[in-house]
Amino acid sequence: MNFSNLINNYEEAVAMILFGIGFSNLLLQKNLIKKIIGLNIMDTAMYLFLALKGYIAGRKAPIVVDGVQSVEAYINPIPAGLVLTGIVVSVSVTALMLSLTIRLYRRYHTLNLDEITTRLEKEGL
Amino acid sequence: MEFVQNFPFICIILSLFSGPLSSVLSGKKAKWWNAFVITAIGLMNIAVLAFVVSTGEPYVYRMGHFSAPWGNEIRVGILEAVMAVFFCVTMLLCMLGGIAEREEEIEESKQNLYYIMVNLLLSSLLALIYTNDLFTAYVFVEINTISACGLIMIRQNGRTIVAATRYMIMSLLGSGMLLLGICFLYSITGHLLMSNIQQAVWNLHETGMYQVPLLVAVGLMSVGLAVKSALFPFHGWLPDAYGYSTVSSAAILSSLVSKGYIFLLLKIFYRVIGFEVIKDSKVIHVLFVFGIAGMIIGSIDAIRENSIRRMIAYSSVAQIGYIYMGFGLGTELGVLSSVFHILCHAATKALLFLSASSLTEVSGDSTSFFDLTGAGYRNKAAGLAFTVGSLSMVGFPMLGGFISKILFAQAAVGHAYKMLPTLIALAVSTILNTVYFLKTVIRIYTPMRSEEKKEKQYKLVTMGQQPVKSAALLCFVALNLVLGLFSQPILTLLERGLSMFA
Amino acid sequence: MSRKIPEEQYKKTRSYHLKQWLDGTRDPFVDTVEMKPQQEFQEDTAVLEQRSEEKKEIFERVFDVEHNAEMRLFQRIYRLFSALFCLSLVLVLLTGVSYLPTFGHAENPVNNEVPERYIENGLQETGAVNIVTGMILDYRAFDTLGESHVLFIATCTVLILLRIDKKKGKDSIAEREANDRIYEPKNDVILQTVAKILVPPIIIFGIYVILCGHLGPGGGFSGGAVIGAGLILYLNAFGFAKTERFFTAKTYKWMSFGALACYALAKSYSFYTGANEIHSVIPLGTPGAILSSGLILILNICVGIVVAGTMYTFYVMFRKGGY
Repeated sequence: MNFSNLINNYEEAVAMILFGIGFSNLLLQKNLIKKIIGLNIMDTAMYLFLALKGYIAGRKAPIVVDGVQSVEAYINPIPAGLVLTGIVVSVSVTALMLSLTIRLYRRYHTLNLDEITTRLEKEGL
Repeated sequence: MEFVQNFPFICIILSLFSGPLSSVLSGKKAKWWNAFVITAIGLMNIAVLAFVVSTGEPYVYRMGHFSAPWGNEIRVGILEAVMAVFFCVTMLLCMLGGIAEREEEIEESKQNLYYIMVNLLLSSLLALIYTNDLFTAYVFVEINTISACGLIMIRQNGRTIVAATRYMIMSLLGSGMLLLGICFLYSITGHLLMSNIQQAVWNLHETGMYQVPLLVAVGLMSVGLAVKSALFPFHGWLPDAYGYSTVSSAAILSSLVSKGYIFLLLKIFYRVIGFEVIKDSKVIHVLFVFGIAGMIIGSIDAIRENSIRRMIAYSSVAQIGYIYMGFGLGTELGVLSSVFHILCHAATKALLFLSASSLTEVSGDSTSFFDLTGAGYRNKAAGLAFTVGSLSMVGFPMLGGFISKILFAQAAVGHAYKMLPTLIALAVSTILNTVYFLKTVIRIYTPMRSEEKKEKQYKLVTMGQQPVKSAALLCFVALNLVLGLFSQPILTLLERGLSMFA
Repeated sequence: MSRKIPEEQYKKTRSYHLKQWLDGTRDPFVDTVEMKPQQEFQEDTAVLEQRSEEKKEIFERVFDVEHNAEMRLFQRIYRLFSALFCLSLVLVLLTGVSYLPTFGHAENPVNNEVPERYIENGLQETGAVNIVTGMILDYRAFDTLGESHVLFIATCTVLILLRIDKKKGKDSIAEREANDRIYEPKNDVILQTVAKILVPPIIIFGIYVILCGHLGPGGGFSGGAVIGAGLILYLNAFGFAKTERFFTAKTYKWMSFGALACYALAKSYSFYTGANEIHSVIPLGTPGAILSSGLILILNICVGIVVAGTMYTFYVMFRKGGY
């Protein structure tokens, strides 16, 4: 592991650590709402990572001002567009997961996935 | 440019447009429109296939006024066209076979929502097959995931909603890893179009720069897609999702949805990274090991199951293990046998789910084995279909499964150290498949004792009473026979397609 | 208690109300907010017994870790393996990051000929001053087409799960919770006054953001979210009865169908002419004017409509289960 480069890329390293936190929350938490929060943290970390790709030190946002159209004046616009798409996807899946949680809570009155599975086994189909 | 070359784009837009259109139609009209759309898309793809076979080389279709790497594009070759035709045919037969169950199990006011899901699933499958851009593939993978979740939970009882929750959690983990892999790959190559990435990756491979991020990217993308297509340790969601949803959903999910992800993985291996780099990176060894483990453990779990639908779902786990084992062999013939097995498994698994639902219908709607005694006599078409499907899974000659097993064995022979595990795993899993499939076939053809017959009073169903479903079952049987008897032309087509796929 | 005025008159003064509210003896909502009358809580002993039995059983099987050795072992192994897996994943990712190109340098592989063309020729080829909008709605329009359908299909799944239609059979759970859904405190003075002042500017701002998506920061997605927020504020302040007058299920259905159909049509024309190398007749206009940049303005409006309707639908489905 190249430690000096890791310190230079510390923003991206933080994004990866956040991704790990979100991922482990999604896997390990028992409470459904906390799982969804973990999912959101994971997605946000990914968009942070992607948005960092476009930054170039000392340049401005890619909106043409005063007719200046040279490459040296603006940062890379591609990652910004990709992050836009990603955020919409994240909102959609969060809404879907939350509505699943509401239905489960209405029926089983608990947010714990283990308990729901146990109740399921008792009730048959 | 011929007009035929526009067809793939027209198919994708037509199925995307049918989604919102079905939201304003009523349930019945949405059903007819859906059937029409799938048929039309199937016919258009047959025309595209004929065109590409006649010209003999793939073509690139620009989506917009700018060519790669500045704009999007889709690329059409023989392999893509064959897969698209096959997916359309399978989806049409699955939808026709499940009409009666859908009308019973889905609420009246939410029928058209189901057809929205199916239309958008079709569009995402077509886009995954034809796309030449990595980020477009990610967006359509998300559409695929959400519509598959919608298909599972349309039935709305406790089990399906829990199954849908589990499925979404695992699937979102997989999507997260896939997107992260795409981000890593983008940051070291700077391109999003697949052909350009391949060139950049080859340069990196030659110069030796950025080897570690490349390995991490390939690993993340493979693991992400493996999680989504239910490779061995990540298959926990599969039996619940396939076992409890409505029958056309189960058939479409098992035959088409996971195969879309596997096809995307194949594209990433061939067209984005390049097969040489993949072989050097040792990722395929991991896939090979998990594939073999999945084959054995999926079959063992299937033997222990008591419900027929969960048994068929576990057998899906085993078959997906076969496909990954084929990839893991790392040779052209291995990949060809995996692709043929994709077609074969899609035809057979959908057939098994449809016939299993018919059999349970004549056994008082119970899925446990004991109640299925003699079901083959009560519904002759379903019994015949289930027998053909089971024989194909086991590997009986004249049916598709036999050809794919022979291809796997041929691909394994001659390999330095992977030959022995592959052949042993093939043999063991064939024996295990025989145990649970033939046990079911024998059970459905065992006549019931007369006192039980009087007590249970199950209904009999003839082919005339359910014309559409019986027609769908017989078409699937015919498809299996075609794959078994006329496999050589299909294999030649696939081989040509693979050679122009990179 | 006051010394100057009698007790009853004191109880009507504002300082008395304020003191009561500070002490917590008076509910600020009673007599000011219109509410449904509260019912007495009735408990059924049979249901109570069954519930406590179930709870005991669940506790034994799922939560009681001290007495269940098998579960303790399984939990420990599961936690250990999951923790190891997550840690190894983070370590692998950090290793990958440490070998990535350095952050913020202009010579990274990401800054190759692709963004160069977008920046240098973007204004002339797409007509949009905002390069990112030009990129997502013109160069890479196929991705945005797929993404609007992601939003649409997520709304459909929420509709499947949460929309309550009148069913023929009886569902006691839905009936018991109907009170919870339809119950809404109405006519809160502060909320209504603020909403009357704020909602029009919010909606106008949202429309402005949508229309100027190609001239500056903004676009369909952000503008649509702002309009959706304005609609939700209106709903919260004035209640379902007033909002149903202009936003019903039919409105949402036809709105989203119209917007997505328009988007698909516009983009099909663009893709078809692009692939077949036919010259497109859509004029690009002068950069900097509102009516410029070809199809981008129309697409922004369509996307904005879809996003606004989606945000409002999510809120309404979560809150009430219907429009």
